[in-house]
Amino acid sequence: MKCRVCREAAVIQLRRHNANFCQEHFLRLCRDQVSKAISDHKMLNPGDRVLVAVSGGKDSLALWDILTNLGYEADGLYVGLGIGDYSDASLAHTQEFAAQRDFNLQIVSLNDKYGYSIPSAAKATKRSPCSACGLSKRHVFDEAALSGGYDALATGHNLDDEASVLFGNVLRWQTEYLARQQPVLEAQAGFPKKVKPLVRLGERETAAYCVLTGIDYIVDECPMAAGNRHIAYKEALNSVEERSPGTKHDFYHGFLRQSAEMFKSNAEQTQSDLGTCAACGAPSPNKVCAFCRLLERADSNQRQNLCPAGTIIETKLEGEWGDKQR
Amino acid sequence: MKVLLRHPTRVEEMAGPMPVSKLLRLLDIERESVLVIRGGTLVPEDVMLSDDDEVEIRPVISGGSGTARS
Repeated sequence: MKCRVCREAAVIQLRRHNANFCQEHFLRLCRDQVSKAISDHKMLNPGDRVLVAVSGGKDSLALWDILTNLGYEADGLYVGLGIGDYSDASLAHTQEFAAQRDFNLQIVSLNDKYGYSIPSAAKATKRSPCSACGLSKRHVFDEAALSGGYDALATGHNLDDEASVLFGNVLRWQTEYLARQQPVLEAQAGFPKKVKPLVRLGERETAAYCVLTGIDYIVDECPMAAGNRHIAYKEALNSVEERSPGTKHDFYHGFLRQSAEMFKSNAEQTQSDLGTCAACGAPSPNKVCAFCRLLERADSNQRQNLCPAGTIIETKLEGEWGDKQR
Repeated sequence: MKVLLRHPTRVEEMAGPMPVSKLLRLLDIERESVLVIRGGTLVPEDVMLSDDDEVEIRPVISGGSGTARS
């Protein structure tokens, strides 16, 4: 296989582009795709200060690297989820990445700051771990982006993430979610501007970017995400993509071009219903926001697990649960 | 050749030589969901793998929370 640009030996075939690329021109393609997404969707302005939500995985580390390469002032924020060895390893990958490049990394541990972990919160609230995780991370990232005065919060959602979420939302006609499935959510009271610069790159491409640039990301999947509905959607879409390359791109970007506008009124209705959380002041349609309700339940569950001597045994519970998942 | 597979992590012995595309077909793995890595870099589908090669087939699908605001 030859590189489409220079005819040297290719290292990767991208069937959706009907092309092969050498290392140099593949890396250039990745940066160009991110640059185009930022420009097309008016995500960022030159020189913007960006907070990147990092997890130690391929997407967030590739995003942080590319944004910095494109000249943005990008800091990283890692949220410690307390998922046993998996969290320890993902933090180590993130710290090593940031240290090698002298990037500014902020770390917030859910356990240290709020007294719960994802396993304990999922148990206390009877939410799925992924639901408790998403809710927690959104709260921490929003708060940090606002208090840090960043121009935008950037997340590593890639084309596969967005296509699979869109697929799920369409299957169930969740019009409120369809209305908000945009690569840019503008800042509004209590929410920072949120951008998804990787929406033109598939996850095979972000993983390849990391391998070719020597980014040592965590390859293992979160043990709590096993059986996650979105993974099943991704597998289904990949089966279609195998037979018809380019389908995922056309599905998601076609939605943005042709259909997203139709659901806009659902988003406006939802925004007009937002009040303020009585506990933390964040925007919420309820008196107390979902994050504060999670916090309250996790705290209550932890108090119920106090032994007579006052020692918290929740830590042991987390360890046992985490071990089973691994 | 030695083939490192993930989820769970394991090593399979496969007889070479054969192209990457055939290796993936034999293991019933979709091209779109993995990268094939040899010597720290990517190998495309038409590359011939030899009997003494060590390759990693790395899955790229990751899951996680959705994108909705609370």
